[in-house]
Amino acid sequence: MATVTYRQALRDTLRAEMLRDEDVFVMGEEIGVFEGSYKITEGLLKEFGPRRVRDTPIAEEGFVGAAIGAAMLGLRPVVEIMTINFSLLALDQIVNHAAKIYGMFGGQCSVPMVIRTPGGGGQQLGATHSQNVELFYSFIPGLKVLAPSTPAEASAMLKAAIRDDDPVLFLENLALYNTRGELPDEVAPAEIGRAAVTRTGTDITIVAYSRMAHVAAEVAERLAGEGVSAEVVDLRSLRPLDRETVVESVRRTGCAVIAEDDWLTYGIGAEIAATIQEGAFDWLDAPVRRVAMAEVPLPYSKPLELAALPSADSLVTAVRDTLRATGRR
Amino acid sequence: MGDTDTRSPARPRRPRKSKPQPETLVAYYRQMLLIRRFEERAARAYTEAKIGGYCHLNLGEEATVTGLMAALEPRDYLFTNYREHGYALGRGIDARRVMAELYGRSTGVSKGWGGSMHLFDTESRLLGGYGIVGGQLPLATGAALAIDYRGGDEVVMCQMGDGTTNIGAFHESLNMAALWELPIVYVVVNNGLGMGTTVAHASAEPELYKRAAAYRMEGAHVDGSDVIAVRDAAHAAVERARAESKPFLLETTSPRLRGHSVVDPARYRTAEEKDALKAADPLARLALELEESGFLDAEARDKLEAEVRAEVDDAAAFADESPHPDVSTLFDYTYATPVPGASRRLPADPVF
Ligand SMILES: Cc1ncc(C[n+]2csc(CCOP(=O)(O)OP(=O)(O)O)c2C)c(N)n1
Repeated sequence: MATVTYRQALRDTLRAEMLRDEDVFVMGEEIGVFEGSYKITEGLLKEFGPRRVRDTPIAEEGFVGAAIGAAMLGLRPVVEIMTINFSLLALDQIVNHAAKIYGMFGGQCSVPMVIRTPGGGGQQLGATHSQNVELFYSFIPGLKVLAPSTPAEASAMLKAAIRDDDPVLFLENLALYNTRGELPDEVAPAEIGRAAVTRTGTDITIVAYSRMAHVAAEVAERLAGEGVSAEVVDLRSLRPLDRETVVESVRRTGCAVIAEDDWLTYGIGAEIAATIQEGAFDWLDAPVRRVAMAEVPLPYSKPLELAALPSADSLVTAVRDTLRATGRR
Repeated sequence: MGDTDTRSPARPRRPRKSKPQPETLVAYYRQMLLIRRFEERAARAYTEAKIGGYCHLNLGEEATVTGLMAALEPRDYLFTNYREHGYALGRGIDARRVMAELYGRSTGVSKGWGGSMHLFDTESRLLGGYGIVGGQLPLATGAALAIDYRGGDEVVMCQMGDGTTNIGAFHESLNMAALWELPIVYVVVNNGLGMGTTVAHASAEPELYKRAAAYRMEGAHVDGSDVIAVRDAAHAAVERARAESKPFLLETTSPRLRGHSVVDPARYRTAEEKDALKAADPLARLALELEESGFLDAEARDKLEAEVRAEVDDAAAFADESPHPDVSTLFDYTYATPVPGASRRLPADPVF
């Protein structure tokens, strides 16, 4: 067991998977010679050479599509899209092709590929470089969308994603790369499609994923000091969605707050709120609350950006309000 | 053949036209006739509402389709756009399975999931017809990348229409293929129109093969109504791609006889244009050539005609009698690796 960063866990896992399977290769902009914009692919070009670590032109639609085509012939490409913002240029290939090929051709051809891409605000990058648009992909049957929050989870889920026969969107958050966590010496591939109860509690359920799973843990810890027992559910997989774990938790606690790092309207939280309504309506003691990003293109200005992003403080407020609304305290 | 532009690095090769054996020519004629009768049948079945969705035909492009398919080895891969019935037949897929797909039946090449625009067959390495203009280009480029990765000697052919050359994916794909030296032949079937828009109206450089120059790629143009010329040009491109692992851009001029799809009456064409098209019909042209050279007399031609009609009738009957896919299979093809939580919910089912 070692303590490593999220970044290191991804790097080690990629390397291990490339050593394990000759069909696994990585491609993307600046991943080879430059060793990755966020250095996830550091050292890989030196070790594996340009055949398996392929620098691409700035051509998101082209190289994502090329990875899909390579996967159709049985290779297992792991594509890095510099940030999720640029994945929008590859939307046609991801949505109309990667997600559709298996079904559209009657199951004759699968697309075993992974698209890794970071997202998120908080870096003062302005409107076009600070967003989480995982919703677009989570909407699409045929895709699998993963958003691990810890190094151990990132490792287990990346392994699972690479070995899976379907196209997997693997979401990283810029704020997570330097976070640390324990990484067991042997990591088994995760089971795709399972949420985790990362902290048990009896008073309220906080549903979160990716960066917000950390914020939720912090908030639960803070509120424990006030005698609140919060349960935290980390979704981890946005598609398929583990509705059962969410609903079971809410049936136990009787109320829920959803913490999401995307925009409120039509967001991931809307889907979770609907799920709770459908699965735990009779158990609810208070309306479901959502804590989400302010619905603006994110500003560059530091105070404005901070005000727009969901934080521990905003989550604490929502949890307290919800508990008050239950009448239990 | 187009002009040789000596200033551009992409010098069109002048494909020699070889002298084929009579039986080869007759076989090509039969193939072209099969495509013709199949497509006429598809048009009829569409008006009878046996075929749904969109239905784009290869009528008028039979020489191009047949010539291109003759240039490929069985181990080579093919990607096409949605105008692909003829390619499926040319790849050797049973007309029954092609027609059944158009009818949406479980016996179709894509088990009824694809329809006219999305034929796919693993065995004959037809890796799909694609309904998004240009969508197949990055995929085909990636397939060539996979071949290169594994050191194989297969070649990818990627068919598209003239309108496709203005899509961003065209540029991105050709650039990567040239940069990475991939074994792929991009074929632009220039039928003069993208839906109702002429090449001149949409393309700043209407001699489409010349775009190869932008990628230091070789390009060539060939008369798409001449099956042997197409075959020879495509064969040269394919074998060069195989031997040297280099991409190629081949343009064939091949007017379509009818509208963009079965429902398009092609009002944008003048009466003179329509007459000119009839006069340039590649099937009639080959029939005449064969007759004049004494390779195929009227009697033999009638015999072929009867054979082909019987094959198409049989395909249509097979499609008609085949079952629709069972509704219980609706959730079978969402994921290749099954996952817990994948929805099997029909519209009115409760989530919990
Ligand atoms: C990206 C995209 N835009 C528009 C369409 C609608 N559309 C279907 S076919 C077509 C014309 C394409 O012409 P061309 O590439 O010349 O092929 P052809 O039909 O002549 O074979 C258009 C505009 C589409 N399917 N995909």
